[in-house]
Amino acid sequence: MTRSYAPRAAITAACDASGVTRLTRLRSDGPLAVRETPDAVYLVGAAASPLGGDDLALDVEVGAGARLTVRSAASALALPGDGPSRMTVRARVGAGAHLDYAPEPTVAARGCDHRAVTSVELAADATLRWREELVLGRHGEAPGAHTARFDVTLDGRPLLRHALDLTDPSVYTTAPVLGAARAVGSVLLAGPGLTTEPHTAEGLSVLPLTGPAVLVTATAADAATLRRRLTTGAERASRTPAPAC
Amino acid sequence: MHPSLLLLADSRLPAGGHAHSGGLEPAVTAGTVTDIPSLTAFLRGRLATTGLVTAALAAAACALAVTATEPVEEDRLPGLPRAGGATGTGTPAEAATHRASDPPPSGTTTGTVNRATVTGDGGLAVAWEVLDAEADTRTPSPAQRRAARAQGRSLARVALRTWPSAALDVLARQGAHHPLVLGAATAAAGGGPRDAASIAAYGSVTGGASAGVRLLGLDPLGVNEALGGLAAAIDAVAAEAAGYAGRPWAELPAPSAPVLDLYAEAHAGADLRLFES
Repeated sequence: MTRSYAPRAAITAACDASGVTRLTRLRSDGPLAVRETPDAVYLVGAAASPLGGDDLALDVEVGAGARLTVRSAASALALPGDGPSRMTVRARVGAGAHLDYAPEPTVAARGCDHRAVTSVELAADATLRWREELVLGRHGEAPGAHTARFDVTLDGRPLLRHALDLTDPSVYTTAPVLGAARAVGSVLLAGPGLTTEPHTAEGLSVLPLTGPAVLVTATAADAATLRRRLTTGAERASRTPAPAC
Repeated sequence: MHPSLLLLADSRLPAGGHAHSGGLEPAVTAGTVTDIPSLTAFLRGRLATTGLVTAALAAAACALAVTATEPVEEDRLPGLPRAGGATGTGTPAEAATHRASDPPPSGTTTGTVNRATVTGDGGLAVAWEVLDAEADTRTPSPAQRRAARAQGRSLARVALRTWPSAALDVLARQGAHHPLVLGAATAAAGGGPRDAASIAAYGSVTGGASAGVRLLGLDPLGVNEALGGLAAAIDAVAAEAAGYAGRPWAELPAPSAPVLDLYAEAHAGADLRLFES
């Protein structure tokens, strides 16, 4: 039997009159379940996903002055199936609002054909921490095709357009792209008070952008090392200590 | 190809290209490029990432420069969209999901939008600033942004002398990214977006190749053979890049090269170096 999911999940956080953030909408759909906990909203995989053929979408809205933290309960495994799979995440962060989005990594399994499309619209004084991590294949496995595109605008102007194209091993295993690394990720921090000094260490770059934002990128042999490097980089990027990645 | 365009693609163009290795020097320092096979792999990775981005920006710049010199009808003068508006007629998600094979999304026939943007006093300058910002957003490394602007200034100086144009005037004043200046210079020299993309894609590997000869003492004949082997890939990247000309700038490709970014920053802080970047 062939079955594809096309779930449309949504999270909306709004600030009430007393300045407290309330979740005004939590929509779970198919494999994309969202659960409220005291510290964060969790994405919970309610079914194996994304499978080839799946078209998943998550809409995140943080109203003016609100604060939202999004995590996931486990890594996502992109698997082959009936054609390509797609995960579209769209986030809007209002004036004075903060979004901290840091799910567990996506693992690109053998034979997958996955595309991750993310767009974030920040109001003029919104702040953001957005982490993405990708692991190339399970243990000892050659990964399938994975492409990602990340577009961020600040007050209507482009802040970052960043893509990763892991379809052709003869390209992505070269020295300029990933070399021998099996895990790659980034943390985008946007807001005031971030460093303006670039920094590099083994497998880690801290890159101040043209706007009030810093992109931390890392490559590593495994997911645990990747997380450590991103955490170190995010701390370096923040003048005040960053929350643990 | 017209001799003017050959001149623009020539590594002997006195535009300071010889001072940049395209990240090859730090790759040699790091020990990841040591011989012709590893140099070839490096150039293949650079071409597919930075090469595609710069070729697409050069093609878009060439299309803008050509558009700006054509007469514009009165009914296409609705005034300037705000900065960023010209690039973002579709939502970023729509833009990002739009593939070369898809029909243009509704409301994003940006040929018209860009055309409107470039008319009127100051409109041209605004359009170039918007495209320059699109180059910034695809260049997260500050060292690479500096290198792209330094090379843009050098090229603008040469191009303005040989192929003067209004677009090059504006870009020289703005200190724009190199691929924008290359695209405008291509237009001024009589070429189109596909020519600009070809010159940019070709230039994205030739600098590193000659740096490899100088840094590693590689056999120039062997390096040239490797470049010849990349010709089909260079042409494919140029064709893909030129396919975006006339589409919303927000959709231009943005494939990253994380290690190249790291190399660029490490190199900028290095004590001993032969090349600027």
